[in-house]
Amino acid sequence: MLKIKNLHVKVGEKEILRGINLTVGAGEVHAIMGPNGSGKSTLAHVLAGRENYQVTGGEVHYDGKDLLAMSPEERARGGIFLAFQYPIEIPGVSTTYFLKAALNAVRKHRGLEELDAMDFLTLIKEKIKLVEMDQALINRPLNEGFSGGEKKRNEILQMAVLDPRLAILDETDSGLDIDALRIVAGGVNALRRPDRSMLVITHYQRLLNYIVPDFIHVLFDGRIVKSGAKELAIELESKGYDWLKSPVAAVS
Amino acid sequence: MEALERTEHYLSLFRQSYGAGALPSWFGRLRESAIESFARLGFPALGSEEWKYTSVDPIASVPFAHANGEGRAVTGDIFAPAFVDETCARLVFVNGVYSAPLSSLSGLPAGVRVAGLRAALAANDPALEMHLGRAARYREQPFVALNTALMEDGAVVLVPEGCRMAAPIYLVFVSLAQEQPLQSQPRNLVVLGAGSEAAIVESYVGIEAGNYFTNAVTELFAAENAVVDYYRIQREASRGFHVGAVEARLSGGCRFTAHGITLGGSLVRNDLRAVLDGEGAECVLNGLYLADGDRHVDNHTEIEHAKPRTRSLELYKGILSGSARGVFNGKIIVHKDAQKTDARQTNKNLLLSDRAVANSKPQLEIYADDVKCSHGSTIGQLDGDALFYLRSRGLAPDDARSLLSYAFARDVVGRVKIPALRERLDDYLAICFDRKREPGR
Repeated sequence: MLKIKNLHVKVGEKEILRGINLTVGAGEVHAIMGPNGSGKSTLAHVLAGRENYQVTGGEVHYDGKDLLAMSPEERARGGIFLAFQYPIEIPGVSTTYFLKAALNAVRKHRGLEELDAMDFLTLIKEKIKLVEMDQALINRPLNEGFSGGEKKRNEILQMAVLDPRLAILDETDSGLDIDALRIVAGGVNALRRPDRSMLVITHYQRLLNYIVPDFIHVLFDGRIVKSGAKELAIELESKGYDWLKSPVAAVS
Repeated sequence: MEALERTEHYLSLFRQSYGAGALPSWFGRLRESAIESFARLGFPALGSEEWKYTSVDPIASVPFAHANGEGRAVTGDIFAPAFVDETCARLVFVNGVYSAPLSSLSGLPAGVRVAGLRAALAANDPALEMHLGRAARYREQPFVALNTALMEDGAVVLVPEGCRMAAPIYLVFVSLAQEQPLQSQPRNLVVLGAGSEAAIVESYVGIEAGNYFTNAVTELFAAENAVVDYYRIQREASRGFHVGAVEARLSGGCRFTAHGITLGGSLVRNDLRAVLDGEGAECVLNGLYLADGDRHVDNHTEIEHAKPRTRSLELYKGILSGSARGVFNGKIIVHKDAQKTDARQTNKNLLLSDRAVANSKPQLEIYADDVKCSHGSTIGQLDGDALFYLRSRGLAPDDARSLLSYAFARDVVGRVKIPALRERLDDYLAICFDRKREPGR
């Protein structure tokens, strides 16, 4: 599904990712953990196609295709979805309007007919149940005045509607209280499927109590310094990230 | 034409029209006083305080002829382009003159008086002498002076105390082009009794190509606790010139919402002034201006907090493309005894091309010490983060840009309270930005 080989990325003069290697198979859920500034969000944005990052080395293959050669919209239409850490507010159009435009752009690309208003309404009514959202909320301007929890639920709603094959969740747990976290994680779990892979990026182990990954990778200073099964999260929780810093220092 | 000649052209128009018909003597004196002001003031010079970025040369240099609206019949639909809901009461003016066949006054509540200014003057309605020229600053503002000197017709809306009108009234000003460029000077008066509620929609529309000049003035007086929803929609033809002034006087406890929407015209200047003249009065000013090509749109607003505990909330947004220019000047004056004033002003400009220009100037004059005042202004292109967000959802760059521009404008149109009007404006925006309209909103 996704193969990242020796990926190097710069922002300005600063090298943020310094040789990432990662393979994600179909249906697998991988968690990427790491302290602030380790490059987690950079990785998420590079995979989604954000322009102000400079890839200086390595390659990324998605379904056998060269992902880095694709525009953000091509990636989205091809089944990649990024749940943003800081979702954008767009006063003037509702979530419903925005999401219908997005879904139809994706459907058009896939050779499917555009959904009309009625069909879309039926679809979205079903999907908002997943994230326990009120329908009034999705008729309000997109994310404007939404609480942190509402914004994150809205991201998961978009994921449910756009039906991706690779979902990247960038710090989806940040700024959530425990109830919102439970709802958001519940939505994500309901979307787990044998043909859908996920990359769950988080600073805290807490989220992984709810979304239990198949693999965990620790990102530090632009490299994956440790990989393991879900138990690794518990080890990180008790020991913190410091114990992982020395091997990096030794390598560099 | 030389400056003197330019002024003289209008003095001669004044002499031609003055004394025609049996009009009240106070009205004649008002007009005389106004033409004296105009003769003294002349056309404003570019760079003067109030006309810093807007040259009126294109207007002043054309000897616009006096329009005679009765001379030509209107062919084609004027209501759709003017966004008018035909089920509502309306007064229609063609080239500045009232048209009975196009107007409809059915369904108005008892006691509400709606008429053309000419007819109201002929009847010498006492409300006219009491209000006409009492708010408009014809001694200081050249175009207001010109309008006051040359006014012949326009809309008069008088709503009695306690009357709550369920449906809006549309005031429609249609300009037809003629071989010789025409000018019209619509003059409107709206008087709302204490505790009354009304929605008034002024719509200016040009339905033919060709050059003309509309110079409109509206005076609005709202007594205690009146609730007013006021719209001024301007969709002049692409070569039309439009200068408009609105003067609103708001008594204690009034709630005044104004929506200034500028969609057309090649050279446009709007002045909107609201005086919060009683304790607890509130005003909300929403503005949208769209300009492309080499059009020039200048919006000046002025809010005077004259009494304590008054509130104002202002949002003006502009989208400028091509080599268009948008000017926003937002003045807020807080008088010495207007303590506990709360005033918030925002102006946002979206530039869709490298050649488009926006000038934004907030102007706060605060003479009280216990007040909350804020202002913010932005000028810029579409937000890169927002574009990426949309593209990451599958939208092509052009599609994403069109959606964001549409949303930017719709943020203002979404505040329109009259559903039928909001839908019509939304349809217009959808076409402008090549979008599908969201149904049912």
